[in-house]
Amino acid sequence: MAADANIGREQSGPPVLSPGHSFATITDKISAIVLTRPYQRGWILGFAIAFLLTNVLFVSVAYLFMRGVGIWGVNVPVMWGFAIVNFVWWIGIGHAGTLISAILLLLKQEWRTSINRFAEAMTLFAVACAGMFPLIHLGRWWLFYWLFPYPNTMDLWPQWRSPLVWDAFAVSTYATVSLLFWYMGLIPDVATLRDRARGRLGRYFYGFLAMGWRGSARHWHRYQTAYLLMAALATPLVVSVHTIVSWDFAVAIVPGWHSTIFPPYFVAGAIYSGFAMVLTLIIPLRYFYGLGDFITMRHLENMAKILLATGLLVCYGYLMEAFMAWYGDNRFDRFQILRERPRGDYAPLYWLLIVSNCLVVQALWFPAMRRRVVVLWLISLTVNLGMWLERFVIVVVSLHKDYMPSRWRMYFPTAWDYATLFGSVGLFLALLFLFVRFLPAISMAEMRELVHEAEPVGHGGDSR
Amino acid sequence: MTSERVGEDSGPRGRELWRSIDELADTAEFRDFLVREFPGYAPETLDLNTRRQFLRVMAASLGLAGLTGCAVQPPEQIVPYVEQPERLVPGKPLYFASALALGGYATGVLVESHMGRPTKIEGNPDHPASLGATDTFTQAAILDLYDPDRSQSVIHNGRVSTWDNFLAVLVAAMDEHKLTRGQGIRLLSGVVTSPTLIAQIQGLLSAYPEARWHIHEPAGVGADRDGAVLAFGEKLESVHHLEKADVIVSLDADFLAWGPSRLNDARGFARRRETVSDPRGMNRLHVVECTPSITGSMADHRLAVPGREVASVARGLAERLLDKNAVLAPEYSDWIVRVAADLQAHRGTSLVLAGEPQPAEVHALAHAMNHLLGNNGSTIDYIEPVAAVPAGSDHSLAALTREMDSGRVKMLIILGANPVYDAPADLGMAERLLKVPLSIHQGIYADETATRCHWHIPEAHPLESWGDVRAFDGSATIQQPLLSPLYGGKSSIELLAALRGSMGSGSRDLVREHWREAMPGDFEAVWRAAVHDGIVPGSASKPRPATSRPLADILGTVAKPAKATGLELAFRPDPTVWDGRFANNGWLQELPKPPTTLTWDNAALIAPATAERLHLTNEQIVVMNYRGRTLRAAVWIQPMHAEDSVTLHLGYGRSHAGRVGTGQGFNAYRLRTSEAPWQGDGLELRATGDLYRLATTQIHHNMAGRDLVRSANVAMFVADPSFAKDHENPATHGLSLFPSHSYDGHKWGMVINLNTCIGCNACMTGCQSENNIPVVGKDQVLAGREMHWIRVDRYYEGPKDNPSAVYHQPVPCMHCETAPCEVVCPVNATVHDAEGLNAMVYNRCVGTRYCSNNCPYKVRRFNFFQYSDQTTESLKLLNNPDVTVRTRGVMEKCTYCVQRIVKGRIEAEQEGRPLRDGEVVTACQSACPTRAIVFGDLNDSTSAVAKAKADPRNYALLAELNTRPRTTYLAKLTNPVADESNGG
Repeated sequence: MAADANIGREQSGPPVLSPGHSFATITDKISAIVLTRPYQRGWILGFAIAFLLTNVLFVSVAYLFMRGVGIWGVNVPVMWGFAIVNFVWWIGIGHAGTLISAILLLLKQEWRTSINRFAEAMTLFAVACAGMFPLIHLGRWWLFYWLFPYPNTMDLWPQWRSPLVWDAFAVSTYATVSLLFWYMGLIPDVATLRDRARGRLGRYFYGFLAMGWRGSARHWHRYQTAYLLMAALATPLVVSVHTIVSWDFAVAIVPGWHSTIFPPYFVAGAIYSGFAMVLTLIIPLRYFYGLGDFITMRHLENMAKILLATGLLVCYGYLMEAFMAWYGDNRFDRFQILRERPRGDYAPLYWLLIVSNCLVVQALWFPAMRRRVVVLWLISLTVNLGMWLERFVIVVVSLHKDYMPSRWRMYFPTAWDYATLFGSVGLFLALLFLFVRFLPAISMAEMRELVHEAEPVGHGGDSR
Repeated sequence: MTSERVGEDSGPRGRELWRSIDELADTAEFRDFLVREFPGYAPETLDLNTRRQFLRVMAASLGLAGLTGCAVQPPEQIVPYVEQPERLVPGKPLYFASALALGGYATGVLVESHMGRPTKIEGNPDHPASLGATDTFTQAAILDLYDPDRSQSVIHNGRVSTWDNFLAVLVAAMDEHKLTRGQGIRLLSGVVTSPTLIAQIQGLLSAYPEARWHIHEPAGVGADRDGAVLAFGEKLESVHHLEKADVIVSLDADFLAWGPSRLNDARGFARRRETVSDPRGMNRLHVVECTPSITGSMADHRLAVPGREVASVARGLAERLLDKNAVLAPEYSDWIVRVAADLQAHRGTSLVLAGEPQPAEVHALAHAMNHLLGNNGSTIDYIEPVAAVPAGSDHSLAALTREMDSGRVKMLIILGANPVYDAPADLGMAERLLKVPLSIHQGIYADETATRCHWHIPEAHPLESWGDVRAFDGSATIQQPLLSPLYGGKSSIELLAALRGSMGSGSRDLVREHWREAMPGDFEAVWRAAVHDGIVPGSASKPRPATSRPLADILGTVAKPAKATGLELAFRPDPTVWDGRFANNGWLQELPKPPTTLTWDNAALIAPATAERLHLTNEQIVVMNYRGRTLRAAVWIQPMHAEDSVTLHLGYGRSHAGRVGTGQGFNAYRLRTSEAPWQGDGLELRATGDLYRLATTQIHHNMAGRDLVRSANVAMFVADPSFAKDHENPATHGLSLFPSHSYDGHKWGMVINLNTCIGCNACMTGCQSENNIPVVGKDQVLAGREMHWIRVDRYYEGPKDNPSAVYHQPVPCMHCETAPCEVVCPVNATVHDAEGLNAMVYNRCVGTRYCSNNCPYKVRRFNFFQYSDQTTESLKLLNNPDVTVRTRGVMEKCTYCVQRIVKGRIEAEQEGRPLRDGEVVTACQSACPTRAIVFGDLNDSTSAVAKAKADPRNYALLAELNTRPRTTYLAKLTNPVADESNGG
């Protein structure tokens, strides 16, 4: 056994897998969470709260469908409110999973292994929350499919110049690929669970999901190839989805939206918020399920570094936006970005955003801060809040004072706005609770590879 | 409007059909038509009096009972006409001339009727008080007609009764009073100009010589006449010719919005502002006023003083006109000196107008000043009073209440008035009414007065009954009904006939009987022409010479007002609900009031400086203590208001207005007293910690340095006629990667002249009526969701607390050539059509609202909820059948009245000719009293709109965005006195 081996290519810092693990211990430990561990009070309580919030979402959406979008605070001129803010926020969060799984896989960053499954699941649930919002925010939501080109008696296609059509494609493609990628990665693990499940129901359930996986060499060979291909396919999506989401704004002529910097700055922001959300979730998970062996300080530190890097990118985006507004000398841009944001009606929110997204994250320059789990967790929460505020500032603050002063008006969210926002958080958490309980939150197969690669004898890390 | 106008010229068959309204209602085809057209409301089906009706309804109910099992369908019979009524072509509207009155004086209208149901009111171009235009009240009258809250039955002591029961009581009472020569009979009405009604009342008074007639008009028309008594020694009414006036001086006269000739005056005023060839021909307006009005907003020199001080200013002006060295009050001397010099430089072409809120003395001074300046006979004429003035003793409401108090009034008949609500508070009308043994109220609504009277008779709407009414110049109009009374109402003429014992006479017979003597020649021919044209030929009063007493004499007799201090309370009629009569009209409630843009409420308007002194903030509730009475009201800080004065508009705080109006706002009548109807001293304000949310449609009133409204004074304009264009960058204007679309047929466009727009909002109501625009309610206005397709923006210029100018800017859809809304719609719901319109396809819209976000002008409106009322039966009849009624979740906006364009095109095609310029008139354009809106084909270089676009003042809103709007503006000009024009 590689009792004291440092795993991974880099030899410095903590290991990506605590010493002392073998194939069997990994499988035992991870599958036990699903198969043998009894329902615990913490899980039940957490799930109950999340489920309650989910029901808040259901009620508010049902009421929305009954009455119309007027139950929200949207008005003229702020026709897009919380729904679109939440959409962009969730889709941003949904970026971390694919980035971790696909891009880091292609870059052979082995440390991703213990967090990718969870991050992918998070992505999937975040995209589910995100995808809901554009649908329910429609005035006539039951006609949402008109955004897609389908054969119809009216002989009409969508209007291809509209970013919302691109958006519909981008988000649905991303959701599909994320789901496939996640599910494919799950197949060997659910096969393990099928084999280990004691109950009949579990065997059927996991057996169904495992799609006949037997773990033969041929299976593994095809699986690895397909997984890499999927990773290659998913990689451009990480960039494209949020680029297209940013076009929803950049293509419009609203001051504060109409800016070429939006695509890269949105992608950076998405990764920033995605990693923040991964940290927010994985730190408690690691604590409550005793997964410190698999999700080590090394992981947390690496994520903190990415958080810092993307945070700086985002701040650069803010800076450039302001600079271009000044340098471009467009009266409306200058008013919106240089005056209204820092000094206008919503200035406190803007400054809260700057503090959350730009200032707090600077603490991560210091290794001591990166290694303090509680600090890391609090910073990740701040970034989540800051990124939500960023979308609020972009969507609402830009709209509330555009060209005609006679139509300037504040936007005030209603109770239903908040209910929908927190309800979507509830849905997200409830899905995560179910996921952690019924599916392996860490990829057993890939963790076993890590052990394998760490073996001092044998064919080492170049077996792939 | 090219469609046929229909009157009584339909030949013998028409005569047979239309002998009386009842008979008309009883013809089989009309009955069938009613049942078919108004499924939810057919009076016959509800009235089960006759055996045949009963059996019919029972049979229908049984028959339909089976059908309702399948689907909920209103009972409906589709029966073809056995005989097609003449001229009734399904789908093609007919236009009927009539007139509607406000304060007794007529505005001539043409009413559009679809298959027997009136849907839209337009001005009658032949009528002097309309000239084709309308105001907001006239536009909104159609909603009153269909108001489901209208009184629907005779009420006796709170219980539903019948007209026959009422007649029985009435006949007995009248017989009894015959013995005392009518000693206990009192008649109370608003101002009456109807020749038939006047004759009837006079007939009644001669049959009952001891009976008395009293007149009560809360926003009364009478000060002008009372001033004439002082100046000329006789009762006269004035007729203005503003188009002849170079210099106009308003002494608190809101002549563009208030008064019998408001539309005529507005037109005359604007005619001297629309010219561009010679800007020196532009008139100059000096205004002194208390409450900012639309007239004040058009002033070239405006002075804001408390209402009580206007008399001092008028006096100072008179003194200055008489004596160049007169000593003037220092705070007003600048304004007075300037005005006096201007008036003296324009003898014979100037006009001094005094406002209704000013006492008769100020009116007398104005009359005498006009006389002195030689304006009498050129810019102002005098005619015999149009309104009836009851002969003999005091006919005021105060006299009536005194008599009621002493028990001398045995029987009170109230025609259309609502004194329990709108009488001055000191008269105690509500309590005194209970002392009258028999009180009868007739009104459109079962209002505050109705609930305190023994009998309430539902009144027929003017569009439901025959009648006649006169305009400010005496021109008479025969009012013809558009449909039989929806709720079985009776007109005042019918009630008066019943009082005189002639039962069963229809109003048509009564009106005809009256006019039979008054119309010379072939009566039938003259009658038909008069009904058809909407005006009785030759009925206008002839101006008569009037010589005023010398100005100096009048000055001598008018007591010098003592300089008052302290806070003044001014009462003014509300810009939208007027004296309260329109309180249940949702269109008017939701119409932003100029200049506050308040909707759904009135407020205590107060100048910024005064508010600061009293430490008051917007929307704060204050307790108003005024002459021993108190009222809680919300404060609204209004720039340009006179200091030391608080204005409270009348018409709010109704307790029995209906579902729309009850409980809105603050009841000014609870403070108003009969000795100071328009302003009085002695107001004290006590601030409370309470807040009251006021719904405004515009929150920011300065342009934030953006050149949205471009303006210059005449001198600057002469120096640089294209001043409005300087702001545009010609290098980027119209730049595009794509070749521009060519329009081979029509290419529609609009120009709005900011120099003639007076900000009256008639366009908004006209649009609302034409385009089935729903009312959303106060909470939705507060949320910023009002639905008006055209809005009038108001911007102040200058310091925030004391602006130097206010601008009105009507903003409909710009119909941009490169419309930002079109590219962002994912489902092609908003597209450009072949004639350049930015069209909105409602049934394709999914409601992403992206188009609204991307519209720089914010002219798009969204149905956040199901706003349009699709359940109230009577309101279904109101809708224009040519315009889709929108549902929840759909975006909508101005269409340039595409339905009218299509109608014009079809008519032209049928007649095989090209569409003529001016044939397609948008609803906002047709309503506009000053013709500030021009619409037409830009491809036709001779069209009015093409000419307007060639005007050097023409500019596009936010042209730098390269949206290339089709709606453009003509810059505003001001005409200050030359030596000050540098100051702008």
